[in-house]
This record gives sequence, structure tokens and C-alpha cells, in this order.
Amino acid sequence: MSEPRLFVIGASHNQAPLEVRERLALVSEEGIRADLAAVPGLREFAVLNTCNRVEFYGVGDDGGAEASVQAAYCARQRLSAGEFERFRFRLSGRDAVLHLLEVASGLDSQLLGENEIFGQVKEAYAAAQSCGSTGAVLNRVFQKSFQAAKHVRTHTGISSGRVSVANVAVDLACNIFGSLANSRVLVLGTGEIGGGTAKAFRSRGAADLAVAGRRIERVAEVASGLGAETMHFDERDSRLADYDIVVCSTSAPGFVLSTHAIAAAMRRRPARPLLLIDLALPRDVESSAADLQNVFLYNLDDLAKIAEQNRSAREAEIDRCRAMLAQRADGLWRRVQHHLLAARPRAGAPRRGPDAAGQAASP
Amino acid sequence: MLADLSDRQWLWGAAGLYVAGVLLGTVSLLRGGRPSGAAIYGAILAGYVLQFIGLGLRGHSTGGCPLGNRFEIFQFTAWSAITLYLVVGVTFRSSVFGAFTSCLGAALTLLSLSIPPWDAIRRTHIFGGNPWIELHAALAMFSYGVFGLLALASGLFLLRHYSLKSKNLGGLFFFLPSIMDLDHIEVRLLGAGVAILTAALAFGWVYWSRDTATVGYLKLAATVAVWVAYAAAFGLRIDGRLLAKRFAWTCLALFVAALLSLEAVEGSRHPGAAQASERVSQ
Repeated sequence: MSEPRLFVIGASHNQAPLEVRERLALVSEEGIRADLAAVPGLREFAVLNTCNRVEFYGVGDDGGAEASVQAAYCARQRLSAGEFERFRFRLSGRDAVLHLLEVASGLDSQLLGENEIFGQVKEAYAAAQSCGSTGAVLNRVFQKSFQAAKHVRTHTGISSGRVSVANVAVDLACNIFGSLANSRVLVLGTGEIGGGTAKAFRSRGAADLAVAGRRIERVAEVASGLGAETMHFDERDSRLADYDIVVCSTSAPGFVLSTHAIAAAMRRRPARPLLLIDLALPRDVESSAADLQNVFLYNLDDLAKIAEQNRSAREAEIDRCRAMLAQRADGLWRRVQHHLLAARPRAGAPRRGPDAAGQAASP
Repeated sequence: MLADLSDRQWLWGAAGLYVAGVLLGTVSLLRGGRPSGAAIYGAILAGYVLQFIGLGLRGHSTGGCPLGNRFEIFQFTAWSAITLYLVVGVTFRSSVFGAFTSCLGAALTLLSLSIPPWDAIRRTHIFGGNPWIELHAALAMFSYGVFGLLALASGLFLLRHYSLKSKNLGGLFFFLPSIMDLDHIEVRLLGAGVAILTAALAFGWVYWSRDTATVGYLKLAATVAVWVAYAAAFGLRIDGRLLAKRFAWTCLALFVAALLSLEAVEGSRHPGAAQASERVSQ
């Protein structure tokens, strides 16, 4: 009899545009897990379902298991096989191993090197483990993929630097203040970009936010969405010294923060730096403020340039990461083959289901 | 076989390990990755142990704390800086700080080892069996180690400041600690250094007041000047009048001045004190 086969079948942003991915995404994974548990010859499986990919990792007795996985998925999503096959990819053996390593490392992500996918792969594995659908092969492959992802992220620049303007701004603040827990953030203006940046600050630990703008109702609305205080716009100069980070995104035709006002604020807080993030066009902050001691002024172009540099730096690391992962995939595949050979069904022996394989797992 | 190694051979070993720490950090940075904090800390720790053995052997042969010539002073200063880093360095949570500390250790130890005339004359029993004056000297040199680490933190502060002002945040700059963290480290190190040097001077004062002829005025003036300068810098920083870049530059300049002041200390050694000198063929 043929030996069991490791495979991955699915679709991702590489093949499917957004409108297709919307149809491919699983609303819940519970149902498909139950379907897959009933597929004959499927010894192990795990489901990775994110906004950018749906992937099924499996160990099956023969090629028929893959076809059955596809059929179960298409039936659940009410897709025709032809429709799915236009966008799907299939990999097996060493290529499937390498694919998982690249996915976990963020190398296959739309936002190259992003960290979120690592957590999503871990969650997918934990869910598969908890329902007993992993065995010796998937346990080893997933666990080694986590090690490989950590190694690549630590030893290359694939995850270094942020690639969105809001996150670059938050990183800048971290470069100045370290932890943001004790930093006070003032948002001047109620535009979308300012609000998005303020949200990024909030999500990275900034506890004390205030919003100021000319339209009181809009200020209250934005502040409520951020869990921030409101401040009257005319108080911005007199209360500037109370804040460490100021995000400006007003639509005012002239400067809303003059060098004179900033210098006056700095005289009241000389030991503490002030980060000014000017996202407005035309600019809100007088550019000569950058010359003041302990004042750091960044405008939209500066942030975009840093984001672009980070993106280029990540792209420059792709080949090195691929080489590292390919080396690991080769070694891992050699070890996995032993498991697959050992799990080859003998004539007359009962088929091992996921539960049995899970008990034989060697972490 | 290890027992046959001389103190200088142990110290060469220590210097090699400090260099290894620098190389570990440099290679990681050049390859675009984060330096391994554990590996660098391990190299520094191993170097520290070898230096401890080397200085211990030297101290045993000279009959006291090994501060009898410029070579020993540089070695002791490096050892003091590394001691402090090993105790408090982990709280900085910065592998780059470790790599730079390793660099400081390597620079001071290699410099002293590579200039044989600095160790040509070994003075023994320089403290004349007086434990208080030995404590004074050891504390004073330990404070120099603290000031060395302060200079290092100040250098990192200036690098971070430059990166933020020039809007260049890639490469080495990516791994530097935040500007506020570095500022806090600087203030704490300066406070600790001033406190230790004050204690050293207090012990020295007791000794000097009993026998003013034993200490040259040049040494006294240089030591007091270093103490006054560092204490003034600390006072101005606390008062908010010496900040950010100017504070960092001051700390760097003061360390250079403090090292130069050792010339005055070295040059004013009392030849008639209870000490013996031994010329060593290198």
C-alpha cells in the first residue's frame, strides 16, 4: 500500500482577489472540522482560516483524501469545484512543509513580515489539537514551523520596522518614550488619518488621550470612539506642555501650532521630549519647531518615507529568509518522511484515525 | 596547565571574550538581525570571570588592590564598568547596550595590554597595609568604571538623538533603547558614580588629614576637580539646566577628562611611600 501523504490545499491573497476571498472565508470552523473528521483516509488535519487565506493541512492515505477535503469544503461554502479550482493551490510533501514555514514567518503575507499571522497559525494549530485532529506529522510540522518563524524574525530584518504611517508614528513615539503607558497623547483635528493614528497609539498602550477640534460634536464623537478626553481647540497652546505626543490632522489653512507656542511649552517641561506628528496638508506645525531642543517633528512625508524604507528593507530580506526556511524545510521533511513511512497502513490493519495519531504525537 | 597561566594571559583571555561580545553584536547588526542578548551577556560574563582571575592573581602578587600602574588602573576601570553592567545591565533590556559595554571593556583592556611600558613597573604594597586608603583607591576606580558606563550610555543617547533628528531609524538605530530610557540610565549612573566617588574621597580625606604630606597637591587638585565636575553636572541635571544632548556631551567630555586626570594621579605617586617597585621585562 502507498504511504500517507502530507498536503495543503487552499486559496490565499496570492491567487484570489478580495471579492473572491470574501466568499471563500469560513464564517465558523466548527462545521468544516466535523465534515473533515468524517473524510475517509484523512488521518490528520488542521484548518487555517484568516481574512487573507483558507488553507487545509492534512495527512491522507492517498490522493483521494485531498479530493474529499476539497469536496467537503466546496459543499459547505456552496461553491462549485470549478469555481474553487480557479483560485486554489495544492502542495504536497516538502513543498507543503515549506509553505507552512513561509506562512508562519509572514513571508507569504500580503503585508510582508507582519506578525499577526504567527498568532493565527498558532491558534489554528491549538484548535486542531484540542479537537484531536493532529497527529505525529502535523504536530511536528506545526511546532517546527513556529521555531522556524521565530528564528527568521529574530535573525533577519523581515519583521523590522513598520510599514503603515500610523504604526511608524507609534514606533517613533516608542523610540522616544519607551513604554507609552505614561505618555499623554493629544490629537488635534478629527480627520480619519488622525483618528487612525490615535487608535494605533491606544492599541500600543497609550493610556491618556485627548482630542481637540473646532467642531464640538465631532470632537465628542471621535473622543468617545477612542475613549479619550475632549479639549477645547483654543486651549491647545496653553495646555500643550501637558502632552508628550501631539498628532495634528486639522484642515486649517495655516499653522495651528507655532514655534513660539511650542518653545513656550518646552520651557515648562524642559526635561521631557515632545513628539509632534503632523499629518495635515497643508501642515499644522511650523517647521522651524524641529530646531528646538528635545522637540521631534515628523510630517506626513517623513512618515511615508520611513514606511517605504521599512518595506524595502523587508523585501531585501526575502531571499535570505527563503533560503533559511528551505534549509529547515528539507531537514524537517526528511524527519517527517520517517513518520509517514512508519504510519504506512499494513494489510489487514485497522486505519488509524486522528485520535489515535494524536496519542502517538511526539511534540 | 591553567595554574601556570600568568595574570596577563588571563587578562588577554578576558579581552578576547570582550572582543567576541563586540563581534557577536556587530555581525548580527550587519546581517540585519537583533543581536542575541544572551550570547553577548554570556561572552561578557565569561570575560569578566577571566579578568577577575587575572586581577586576583595580580592583586595577590602586588599585595593589595591592583592599582599600582596605568595598566592596572585601566584594567580595574574596565572590570568595574563590567561589574556594574552585569549587575544592572539586564534591566536595560538592550542587547545593543551589552555590545557597546563589551566594546568599552575590550577597548580599555586591549589598550592597556598592548602598551607594555604601562606595565613595565609593578608596584607592590602601594597602600602600605592601610585598608582605608586601599578602600579609597578601589572605590575611586570603581566610580571611574561607573563613569565609563555613563559615557557609553551618553554615546548611545547621542546616536539615538541623531537618528531621531535626522529621521534615520534603520540599521543600528532600530535596536537602540529609547531616548527617555537612556536619559534615565544616564541620571542613575551619574548619581551612583558621584555617590561612590564621594565615599572614596571621604575615606581618602580621613587618611590625608592625618598626613597631608603623603598626597601631592596635583593629585589632590585633579581628584577634587573630577568630583566637583561630576557633582555639578548631576546638580545641573536634577535642576533641569543641563539636559538632553548637552548633558550627554558633558558626560562624555567629563569621562575623557577623568581619564586624563589619572595622569596627574599617576605622576604624583610618592616615591618614598611604603612601596616597592619591580621592573618587569615584558
